[in-house]
Amino acid sequence: MGSAAAPLLSVRELEVHFPTSDGLVKAVNGLTFDLEAGKTLGIVGESGSGKSVSSMAIMGLHRGTNAKISGEIVLDGVNLLDISAEEMRKKRGREVSMIFQDPLSAMHPYYTVGNQIAEAYRVHNDVSKKVAKQRAVEMLERVGIPNPDKRVNDYPHQFSGGMRQRAMIAMGLINDPNLLIADEPTTALDVTVQAQILDLLQDLQREFNSAVIIITHDLGVVAEMADDVLVMYAGRAVEHGPCKEILTHPEMPYTWGLLSSVPDLTGDTEARLIPIPGNPPSLLNPPPGCPFHPRCAHRDKVPGDLCRTELPLLVPGQRGETHTKRCHLPNPDAIYATEVLPEIAPDLAAGAAPTRAEEL
Amino acid sequence: MLAYVIRRAVAGVIMLIVMSIVTFALFFASPIDQASFICGKNCSPAQKQQTAAAMGYDDSFINQWWDFAEGVVKGRDYPDDPKLRETAPETIVHCEAPCMGYSRERGDTVTNLIKDTFPVSFSLAVAAFILWIAGGVLLGVTAALKKGSIIDRGLVGLSLIAYAFPTFFVGLILYKFVAIKWGLADIPRYTSIADGGVGGWLSSLALPAITLAVFFMAGYVRMTRSYVIESFQEDYVRTARSKGLPERTVTFKHALRAALTPIVTMAGLDFAGLMGGAIITESVFNYPGMGKLAVRASQDFDLPTTVGLVILLAAFVIAANIIVDLLYAVIDPRVRLG
Repeated sequence: MGSAAAPLLSVRELEVHFPTSDGLVKAVNGLTFDLEAGKTLGIVGESGSGKSVSSMAIMGLHRGTNAKISGEIVLDGVNLLDISAEEMRKKRGREVSMIFQDPLSAMHPYYTVGNQIAEAYRVHNDVSKKVAKQRAVEMLERVGIPNPDKRVNDYPHQFSGGMRQRAMIAMGLINDPNLLIADEPTTALDVTVQAQILDLLQDLQREFNSAVIIITHDLGVVAEMADDVLVMYAGRAVEHGPCKEILTHPEMPYTWGLLSSVPDLTGDTEARLIPIPGNPPSLLNPPPGCPFHPRCAHRDKVPGDLCRTELPLLVPGQRGETHTKRCHLPNPDAIYATEVLPEIAPDLAAGAAPTRAEEL
Repeated sequence: MLAYVIRRAVAGVIMLIVMSIVTFALFFASPIDQASFICGKNCSPAQKQQTAAAMGYDDSFINQWWDFAEGVVKGRDYPDDPKLRETAPETIVHCEAPCMGYSRERGDTVTNLIKDTFPVSFSLAVAAFILWIAGGVLLGVTAALKKGSIIDRGLVGLSLIAYAFPTFFVGLILYKFVAIKWGLADIPRYTSIADGGVGGWLSSLALPAITLAVFFMAGYVRMTRSYVIESFQEDYVRTARSKGLPERTVTFKHALRAALTPIVTMAGLDFAGLMGGAIITESVFNYPGMGKLAVRASQDFDLPTTVGLVILLAAFVIAANIIVDLLYAVIDPRVRLG
């Protein structure tokens, strides 16, 4: 596929709003991004920033609820918001599938792992139960479950956490979808297992040539997996660009905050772990201006009190068209290099050359 | 599995023994002097003494309980008097094992009284159970699937009203209007299968079973509704949808299966409680069941009958608990008995 060809997934001005008795909850606003086949997009943000709500919108899982969705979600040339519920159902699990954060609660406790995986295959393929089960065994083997022909008959509670997530991945990939959405796939797992699962996802992505959206609040996962990164805050994209760009030259104070909150395990004990003060804003009554301004340490560096009055647009930053950010700061690079980096990684700031990203 | 059943059964029997001791102790603490009660108003102290000795009431608490327990295992004679056995054997009533005691008021062994009344209460319990489970679960699921709609609100409102009405009120209304005024049903009178055939038996059960079922159904509609709604929020239902399963499969295979498990527990225990007799319903419809027997026995200070019924009801509840636990292991693969 050449660069001129349309991307696999193209999201335009996506809005997801939930009417509640207290008012309209604006969970996602004006979200726009593209994803090419075989590439990985990392969506990063705190809880409640709209990451999961956006991915559920792509899966069409808000159908049947009172969510108000507008914009476009074009997958392989088809706008998923225009098609019928039945057409969307047929795409779910076959063209786009999803794996979830907690594989124990995401699997039905009363059915065997094999039954649940085979079910995902049978619903989209007219095959016998026996064939589907055989296919489930093959997938379990592919995701690295030992003795898959025996373990296929186990119930989810008989699997370990890592094996359950492997089984979920097998379930998600059994129909060879073009797009896999992984919603915090490693959050509920041990650190050692996390790395295995991420490796597995990368291997399978190469093998199946699927596009992957990985939703996480862990920048380590992003650094490992993603080609592009989208940072979300209060339902909006606040920084978007190639992974390496964002991790080496972040231009939005919220992204700085996320980077400062990651512990540095490689020996720099001088480095401080700096949490972002305050809480994410209410999506019922977002603050005026930039939604991050109440927590932003740099708001006073912007002339004219713009941060409090005007929502910044998502515009290209200091390094070209592909890296966009939603911030009024006129000289983010300088502030990051002189004020932020020395705090979170003094060694790097002194050495000047490498960056935090390479450690991650 | 078998070891588990045996262990639970042994524990159940021990519990029953404790129950019987407690019940016995309660009656010992009661202000009623059984001997003077049987002896009558114009009873001299000597006569009273004689009655107490003949009935065994002058014995210690432990000995009386032991006689009772022995009777359950081996059977016993009333009165247990060797002299009388020689002079007037026709005045002695032999109570075969399992002997639960002898009711002087009713002139029969408690075992026989229970044998006569149990089929009535059991029939009523089964009929009501089928009605309320079928109705309650069906309507509860309907309300949950149509959550927030008029149907849902109507069902929730109706079940609240039905739950609030006392059983005797519903029973009397049905009795008065359906049976007497409109003549839609026969005047309810219990008919056994032997007397009236299956049809007669069923139609004789209709009104009291509906009365009982209305109350339980109201509770089950609300309970089922909330379990099903809760189940639809589960992560695994979202997984089922994200696989592209049709909504029908999501509902029946994934959401309902999990929601119905707790209902099995409730249903088992409620049914066991009802087997001991539905006191109010049986009284309203004048059904000769165990509930009515229990009311009359307590009115008459008929202690042997009361003790027998209490212990039987306890046995039902204990058995139901064991059965429910076994069922759980069948339904939910995570439950391992041991």
